[in-house]
This record gives sequence, C-alpha cells and structure tokens, in this order.
Amino acid sequence: MNRIWLFGDDVDTDQIIPGRYSPYMTSEDALVQYAFIEHRPDFAPKVRPGDVIVAGSNFGCGSSREYAPRALQKCGIAAIIAPSFARIFFRNAINLGIPLFVADLTQQVSDGQAAHLDPADACLTTLDGCIELPRPPAFVQQIQAEGGIVAYYQRYHRFPEEQTPHTW
Amino acid sequence: MAQTLSEQILSHAAGREVRAGDLAVVEVDRAMTIDSIAPELIDVLYEQLHVTQLPHPERCAIFVDHVAPASNLPTAQGQVRARRFAQAQGINAFYDVGRGICHQLMIEEHLVQPGTVAVGSDSHSTTYGAIAAFGTGMGTTDVALAFATGRTWLRVPETVRVDLSGDLAPQVDAKDIVLRLLSLVRADGFTYQAVEFHGATSLSLSSRMTLCSMTTEMGAKAGIVVPDAVTRQHAPVPDWLEVQDGAVYQDVITLDLSDIEPLVACPPRVDSVAPARQLAGVHVDQVYLGTCTNGRLQDLHAAAAILDGRHIAAGVRMIVVPASHAVLQAATEDGTLARLLSAGATIGPPGCGACIGRHMGVLGSGEVCFSTGNRNFAGRMGAPDALIYLGSAQVAAATALRGVITDPRAID
Repeated sequence: MNRIWLFGDDVDTDQIIPGRYSPYMTSEDALVQYAFIEHRPDFAPKVRPGDVIVAGSNFGCGSSREYAPRALQKCGIAAIIAPSFARIFFRNAINLGIPLFVADLTQQVSDGQAAHLDPADACLTTLDGCIELPRPPAFVQQIQAEGGIVAYYQRYHRFPEEQTPHTW
Repeated sequence: MAQTLSEQILSHAAGREVRAGDLAVVEVDRAMTIDSIAPELIDVLYEQLHVTQLPHPERCAIFVDHVAPASNLPTAQGQVRARRFAQAQGINAFYDVGRGICHQLMIEEHLVQPGTVAVGSDSHSTTYGAIAAFGTGMGTTDVALAFATGRTWLRVPETVRVDLSGDLAPQVDAKDIVLRLLSLVRADGFTYQAVEFHGATSLSLSSRMTLCSMTTEMGAKAGIVVPDAVTRQHAPVPDWLEVQDGAVYQDVITLDLSDIEPLVACPPRVDSVAPARQLAGVHVDQVYLGTCTNGRLQDLHAAAAILDGRHIAAGVRMIVVPASHAVLQAATEDGTLARLLSAGATIGPPGCGACIGRHMGVLGSGEVCFSTGNRNFAGRMGAPDALIYLGSAQVAAATALRGVITDPRAID
C-alpha cells in the first residue's frame, strides 16, 4: 500500500516548490527533489509513486508556476484530494493529467496512513474500507482520459466542447 | 438579458452569448509569457505540440523581467532561448532586460485593450482589469496552447461586485483598499470568480492596477474596474462594454474608502491584515519598494514625499525597483530618484526584483522585510524563516525612515 500525505489549508505554490528551485534557476531534472523542500523536507526523500495528497481548502494558491504540480507529478503522486483548489493550480493539474478530487477528507484520514487510490474507480481505499470520491466534471474527465490537454489536443485538434478541429 | 462585464467580454471573445457557469472557448487577443516560463513554453510548443509557425505572432508577447538581468548560467541560457524564439516566430512584442515588469508593460505599451481577453503565464495577469480587459493568469501549457491556437478554454466566472464609495484619506493607498478586501473575504474568498469594481472613479490608473493585481490573492479569475473617463484617457473603450442593469452578481460588497486606514499584511498570509499603527515598532531589515503591484511613478512619488529631506534609519536597507524603464526615466527626469537616493535608498534595474527572491534582495535567515509586493508566503523572498510584511509605498517609506513598521500618518 501507498501512504497519505496530509496538508492543511492554503498550501501555496511557494510551499510546493519555492521559486528559487524552479527549473529556470536550476534544471528540470532536479525538480523532483525540490517538492516541498522547505515546507515538508521529509516529502521528497520519502514519497513513493502512488502516494496520495490529502489537503485542506485552497490547495495550490499563489503563483501560476506549472512546475509546482509538475513536481508532484514527477514524484508519482496518484491524486490530490482537497475541498477546494486555487484556480490556476486546478487548471494546470487538469492540463497535466493529474487526478484531482474535490472532497474534504482532512478529518477522515491521517498523515502517513496506508492508502491506495485508483483514479478510474474514484475510490480511496484504506484499511478501514473505501472512501468514495466525487468524480470531476465531464470535460475534465475527457482531458484526463487522454493524459492531459496536450495529448487531448493532439488527438482531437480542438478544445473540449469545441466542434471544429483546428490545425497549424 | 443583462450581463456582467466579464460575461460581455467573454461573449464577444466566444462569438456567442455566454453566461456564468458556461464552458467557453474564446479568442485570446493577447497571450504573454515571461523569461522564467518561456523555456518550458517553447518546449511544449515545439516538442509536444510540434508547432512550426505560430498562427498569430502579433497576438503574443514575451517579457524578460523575473530574473533580469540574468543571475546565473541557467537563467542566461533560458533568456537566450526566449530571444531566439521571439525572433524566429516574428514576435515583435519582445521586451528584454530592463524594460520592466510584464504587467506594467502590457498596459503601458498598449498590448492589451479594454474589452479584450488576455492570458499570461503569471498569476498577476488580473492586472489588465484596470483598463477593463479580462486578464487572467494561467500555466505554461495553457499559455502555450493560446500561443499555438489563438484560443483558450475557460469557465465563465460568476461575478462579485465591489462597490466603492467616498475618498481615501491622505497617506491611504489603493493597496490599503485591497488589503481591507483581503481581510474581509480571505485568501480564497473569490476563488473561480470575477470581481467587478464599481465607484472607482476617484482612483488613478496606477491605483486600479494595484487593486486588480491583488484580486488574484483572493483566488479571483479576473478583477475588472468599470470603465470610465480614466480608462478612456488611456485607450478607447468599446461601446458595448458597460454596466448593465439587471446583471447577476453573486454577492455585493460595499467599502467606504474614507473608513480605510494604512494596513499591513502580516507573514506568512496575505489575508492576515492589521492596521499599520498596531504593528508600530516591528523591526525591519529591508524595505522593498517595487513590483507590479506598487512599483509605479505614483508609488515612487508617495515614498519620496515622505522621505524628502530625511534619511532612512541606520541598519535598514531600502531597495527601489521601478516597474518599468518608463517609470525609471520619469522618476529620473522629475527628480524623484534623486530624492530617494538622498534619503539613502538604492535603485535596481526595472523588473520583478526582490519580490520573488531569486536573484536580488534575497532575505537571509530570520530577516524581516517590508515589501510593497503582493505575497508574503514563507520562503517567497528567501530563507523560509524570513518574515515579509506587505503594504503601500507610504507605509514602506515611513517604515524605512524609522526602521520599524510605521503608520505614515505618524510622520510629520
């Protein structure tokens, strides 16, 4: 089983990855080792692919930096579950194909608790059983089914809901 | 049916009538990126989307502002790539080192117009609402797709109306208005929503940029000031863009400007707001006057008026970074710069400067900064245990003078 990483409210993008550690200042390859480097130094060394982030409201507020969700993706985070997400982070994560679930589980789970999440099932499984998660809106599911907006656009040559394909 | 300003602008950009809650694909009149994001954006365009020639280079813009001039080899290499990309793609709106902060230049250089949609790979792209444009921040991939297609998708936001009345008292600034609003609605108070400012007629374009810039700190998708004579002085406003009776607002917040006093956001939260007078005596090591939020001529004037003929306190360093080359030049020509220098401040090249803690003005462990910027998150400007207080240029100047946080009204 994987584990849950529990965070509070208003986790900002400077906590997820400070600007000083951006790929622009360092390198893309180093991104994975800088996730939560100052806010939660045990995260990057211990996180394993398939682990789940459960957080409080307004997760990802602050900067538009896409390398914040990308760093979490590179760590192999299976999904992020929070009662609300900051809007740019929300878009970025959808575009990158990172599963997000809008639900408040902060009182139901604990940090380090064993858990497994299959995004397709929308179910967080712990030793206590399955916690069902609300599925995202249809257009988000469409993008996520393709693995992100770039893959979606490459396949359909249009945005979700658009009728006419567009090529360059 | 009546529409909010956001619904009007997005309907025009979508080519059909859209309402709050609708998912719309809209034409993007201006897409912009910055030095720190350009390298990854170029990778998305060339390596993932396999774009060869951008369809609308005249609708794109690139700014070298976040680490300007370059501070190390990776940033220098990134800037080389951005320059070559702009040249190869025929992007004429390329603003290199020293020209200034993207958001300042978007408005100053008329790269964004009232009634249009602009997206930027920087969260403070909400600033363009100051001239009644729908400006919003997005990530690398979204902006890359806007470069590649001239379009973007978005959900039409619900709107909260903020009714301003009365006039600001002396030494009270637009920054204090927005800090007051932050203390009322908190950091996630406007998530996914647009904010529409009514009754801002007494506020300058510069003040409106401060207001709209900070709406992103409340989670807003856009912050738009109702266009008026001040807007028209800057650029023509389309006839169809006006407040419509019966437009649906999710909430209405009223603020009497005459009730507002100098305020400060305390670390590490933007919505942890207290009156400057209550923080009197808090020691600071560095005062930073600059950023897209408060680095304009009006801010430099306000600071110079307080510092005039005096000297900043011993043990305090004051760094002034004008928001653009034009601001720097104007402040040089009208003597403002000389007044700031005489008071002991130093000047940095136009750009984002110390706000993002990457290449200059970085804070060491345990240091305290008073900044006119927009974020005070832990680690934002340097060491994770450095403290950042946010406020207006007036509070910044008064604080530099005394070496401790000071209400500017306490200075004779």
